[in-house]
Amino acid sequence: MNTDLLDVTFAALADPTRRAILTRLAAGEATVTELAAPFVMTQPAVSKHLKVLERAGLISRGRDAQRRPCRLEARPLKAATDWLENYRSYWEESFQRLDTLLDELKTTERTASNRRSGGQG
Amino acid sequence: MKNAGTLRMTTPTDTAIVLTRVFDAPRHLVFDAWTKPELLMRWYGARGWILVGCEVDLRIGGCWRFVSRGPDGTQMAQGGVYREIVPSDRLVYTESFDEQSYPGESLITHVFVEQRGKTTTTSTLVYPSPEARDIVINYPMKRGVGEGYDRLAVLLAEMTSH
Repeated sequence: MNTDLLDVTFAALADPTRRAILTRLAAGEATVTELAAPFVMTQPAVSKHLKVLERAGLISRGRDAQRRPCRLEARPLKAATDWLENYRSYWEESFQRLDTLLDELKTTERTASNRRSGGQG
Repeated sequence: MKNAGTLRMTTPTDTAIVLTRVFDAPRHLVFDAWTKPELLMRWYGARGWILVGCEVDLRIGGCWRFVSRGPDGTQMAQGGVYREIVPSDRLVYTESFDEQSYPGESLITHVFVEQRGKTTTTSTLVYPSPEARDIVINYPMKRGVGEGYDRLAVLLAEMTSH
């Protein structure tokens, strides 16, 4: 895994406005005007965020000179989620074994307490 | 799935990993599972690794040591010192591996919170440097790439809501 690319991806994701823009783009492409609408910020400010996202390869801009619609580019995000997901799933199996063990411990404990209460329960 | 506990993972700082998991059991049992060698031997170990040796001296300043066997018989050993022990509630210890690929030790904090018979375990792993943290996360990457394209939307939604 190219860690430099991941650094750029995570740096670009480390801002709530940029994440909101990506979430919006996950629903389909949009123009700068459309993207700016939900934010209390000027279009140039939004454009600045878009540049960061574009440099990180997270979005691409359409060729249409007037609209230049933005589109989500999933590959770097997938690399970022895979990076975290692999570590997570690496431990998941262990915790599934723990589930089974805990079920057994609960049963043992219940049986012991039933025995102690002299079968009153 | 009977216990539909999903392991959640976040990286709140560049030196930390936080793992959260709900277990369908009271917290004293979860605490036992983390601190009794005979129980640890039955579940502890990342994918492909099982414990073959486990020593726990459960007191502050006491040592712990695990020996694991992995794919193709590789052995590795890790250990540390208990720093805080609040039975059923909280467990803090240091951790380092015998043949570790980064300098320093990590600090691990488990917090067990019980609600209606289920226990939420939050494990915070703090590494000596961002590089060390990334080496640890990168390790399983070598074992193949995950699936998830729909997770993208979920991840974004989660990140946005914070």
